[in-house]
Amino acid sequence: MSVLVFVEGVDGEIKKSSFEAISYAAELAKKKNTHAVAVVIGAYPADALESLGKYGASKVLNINNDKLKQPVIQPYATAIAEAANKETADVIILSKSSIGEAVASRLAVKLKAAVVSNVIELPDLSGGFKVKKSLYTGKAFANIELKADKKVLTIAKNACSVTETGGKATVESFAPSIPDTDFSTAIKEVSKATGDILLTEADIVVSGGRGLKGPENWHLVTDLAKALGAATGCSKPVSDLDWRPHHEHVGQTGIKVSPNLYIAIGISGAIQHLAGVNSSKCIVVINKDPEAPFFKAADYGIAGDAFEVVPKLIAAAKNYK
Amino acid sequence: MKILVCISHVPDTASKISFTDNNTKFNAAGVQFIIGPYDEYALSRAIELRGDAGSVTVLNVGEADTEPTIRKALAIGADDAIRVNAFPKDSYFVASQIAAIAKSEKYDLILMGRESIDYNSGLVHGMVGEMLGIPSISPVMKLDITGNKATMAREIEGGKEIVEIALPLVAGCQEPIAEWKIPNMKGIMSARTKPLKVVEPTAVEETTSLNSYELPAPKGACKMIDASTPEKLFEALKNEAKVL
Repeated sequence: MSVLVFVEGVDGEIKKSSFEAISYAAELAKKKNTHAVAVVIGAYPADALESLGKYGASKVLNINNDKLKQPVIQPYATAIAEAANKETADVIILSKSSIGEAVASRLAVKLKAAVVSNVIELPDLSGGFKVKKSLYTGKAFANIELKADKKVLTIAKNACSVTETGGKATVESFAPSIPDTDFSTAIKEVSKATGDILLTEADIVVSGGRGLKGPENWHLVTDLAKALGAATGCSKPVSDLDWRPHHEHVGQTGIKVSPNLYIAIGISGAIQHLAGVNSSKCIVVINKDPEAPFFKAADYGIAGDAFEVVPKLIAAAKNYK
Repeated sequence: MKILVCISHVPDTASKISFTDNNTKFNAAGVQFIIGPYDEYALSRAIELRGDAGSVTVLNVGEADTEPTIRKALAIGADDAIRVNAFPKDSYFVASQIAAIAKSEKYDLILMGRESIDYNSGLVHGMVGEMLGIPSISPVMKLDITGNKATMAREIEGGKEIVEIALPLVAGCQEPIAEWKIPNMKGIMSARTKPLKVVEPTAVEETTSLNSYELPAPKGACKMIDASTPEKLFEALKNEAKVL
């Protein structure tokens, strides 16, 4: 038995969310008296793979196959299922991400496993295998028992803190056999903002709303984000008006974020927006209208004009980061 | 084109969520139910793609109380509907019901929302794809069909990818794949007489059980910082909240 964890990389670097996933798998393995095995698809330097031991993986399976350079759902699911069988893993951990979630569902069917997504803390193993998951877009939680022998979990950001123990993992290369029929999806083009901090990975998010009056004022959001090392987001009206791209829309029908710190500027706080941010650890609201509903969901508030307040914050931020 | 659109019956996005029976049941009192917003995007795009010779069937796994929601989908423009008469207890159960129907009906395209807004699992489309042995993809924000080939934009962290897949396939959809369609009077009238078939569920082994619900701990009061000295915010974030 073992706990298998799928590790994701982006542009040749292991994603931060995957360090969390490894720590989660290692903590769970400890509880189960077994070990955690990380599966990494793609070419990485040997020391980068060995260093995953630091987060608690005792072994790394590296799948290096040219056909898997891009994250395509079906062959990835097959590869991870084969890795799980090879390592006799009874629990498989994935991050909640655009690839993790898409793979988890197919993987669960392949392995005849019980699957729960959006898990927010370590499983409770006292009498069965129980997890807590977020639902109703963060407005509630459910305690769910997984009843099959094998279990697949996708974990939300901050489900586990990253712990560095300092070990070194043994690296083994692994070549799963993947049928040609799995390669029916062709990725033709990838376009993404480069150099920016990813919204879903960020520890701090600064978002702007219609209170900023127009895209020409967005420097207030981006400058504050830059000063704090934060990612930038926006409310739904802002993305609907095309002031900002859709992948920055935070809310019920956009991206759900759970950073340590969420700063909302000129967003009134419609319930649909709150749904996307309410699992943030600390929420700061800056709004001209002291009656804005967002203040009720905030930890800290500044009732003031963003055009006066935010430049002062940008100037001051440098001393605190 | 023969399209299946799977819809969920969920509380309106503005609903206050609460539970009854010692936190084991959703409290539906005073809650308005709607077609899952993501599912409604899928439905709208399906109607646009249908063409003259095509059909759009909506499928819901739910008990009798979901029929008004199904009728709304018919009013929006679906041709007929199937209700699998069972409570949608988890992703695996729902996916198994959809796959059982799709196996005999041979749809070109199976669409649904990227996730239901009640359970937020986002697993059903992938499971259906795996059960049927066809590709699955999500979240899809653009979908065009040329001949037997679908070209789609899939949202990824920080951007999107353009993907091509031959039909049949399963897609989880989200905005801005299509504009929602407001049902007109003719649609509402004809929805009453469009076929809605009720079928009994296939037996599925139970893999998960939902033991109880919880609500988040209530938030403390918001601490206000004077707008003339906003920099004090950072002191509080650093020393008090310890998030900087």
